[in-house]
Amino acid sequence: MTIDRRKFIKTAGLASLAGLVGKNVLGQDVSDVIEPGSFDRLSGLQSPLQARRWAMAVDIGKCEKQHDCTKCIDACHLVHNVPKFDNPKDEIKWIWKEPFEHAFHEQENEFQKTDLIHSTPLLFCNHCDIPPCVSVCPTRATWKREDGIVMMDWHRCIGCRYCMAGCPYGSRSFNWRDPRPFIEDQQKDFPTRMRGVVEKCTFCDERLAVGLLPACVEACDVGALVFGDLEDPESNVRKLLNNNFSIRRKPGLGTQPEVYYIIS
Amino acid sequence: MYDAGKIIIGLVVFLALVSYPIWYDAARGDIPTSADPKIVTAEKECVAPTDYMKDSHMDLLNQWRDDVVRKGVRVYTAESGRKFEMSLSHTCMDCHSNKSEFCDECHNYAGVNPYCWDCHIEPEEVQQ
Repeated sequence: MTIDRRKFIKTAGLASLAGLVGKNVLGQDVSDVIEPGSFDRLSGLQSPLQARRWAMAVDIGKCEKQHDCTKCIDACHLVHNVPKFDNPKDEIKWIWKEPFEHAFHEQENEFQKTDLIHSTPLLFCNHCDIPPCVSVCPTRATWKREDGIVMMDWHRCIGCRYCMAGCPYGSRSFNWRDPRPFIEDQQKDFPTRMRGVVEKCTFCDERLAVGLLPACVEACDVGALVFGDLEDPESNVRKLLNNNFSIRRKPGLGTQPEVYYIIS
Repeated sequence: MYDAGKIIIGLVVFLALVSYPIWYDAARGDIPTSADPKIVTAEKECVAPTDYMKDSHMDLLNQWRDDVVRKGVRVYTAESGRKFEMSLSHTCMDCHSNKSEFCDECHNYAGVNPYCWDCHIEPEEVQQ
């Protein structure tokens, strides 16, 4: 069969048009953002995302414009099987929101940019450069990886909660009760925790290992969360920090948090 | 020997009581003489030879756990050179999805109770 130029261009044009339309009609499936359907894990493992110092930048302004948006929190808590308890004393949280004066204690002024004062910044584990939780863990169930991620080994956690006492940011939660019955939509790819274990954000180490960005970053539509390598001068997060004013939580403690908040 | 009769009767009663679970099960014909885990997979090759897996799968799993969580190494190269993801939920249970007939069969027989499934989510089994 021969094909002339006109016919080829027509077919190619129609095909790409169909592709574009099809994609827009289908839209972006949330489950696809979280775990792409036909994702080949083994080949993903061959191309992990790596860094010398992972860091996150949160653009408070961009985030605040999406009033009451909880997409990143929902995505994170879904993929990591984080339980929902009604009693706030049992609460487990990996990402959460807190009023500005609580999140940035001692950095709030009586008179300040009003939208900032009334903001509720997103809070994470800060993956500190000098993590106090790691110093106090008696079993090395939590430790700092080479790439800066403060990891948890839930197999090894004995639930002594020293790390919770050590963490100045309240980033760690304790499973007072068996979390299983309180997980609405169990994701098989990720384990749950058991009673008596501490948990927190791990910068999605399990997703980085297969070449995916953290779930919260992927879930954010407005690009308020930027994740990258601080040691790479060309990385998005580095450029963002170079060009904007940013603050960190409780800088006076010297823990050197790796979560930065952009004030625009 | 003083009171031989009483002592011997006492001993017999004692032995009968102590061995009660054994002969009770024997009488009911319930004694499991061997465990027979069922392998239902189209896959021809495991990550290690069958004999090794029978003896030492728990050591392999512990090794995998430490490699993945603590060292961040997630790919296992089998002796054949084939690569596998070190994952209980993915690699192991993709083939051995019949947990009750595979894992539980031996674990119940041996009276061991591994705590894997306190956290890892077991695959849904199709009831036959």
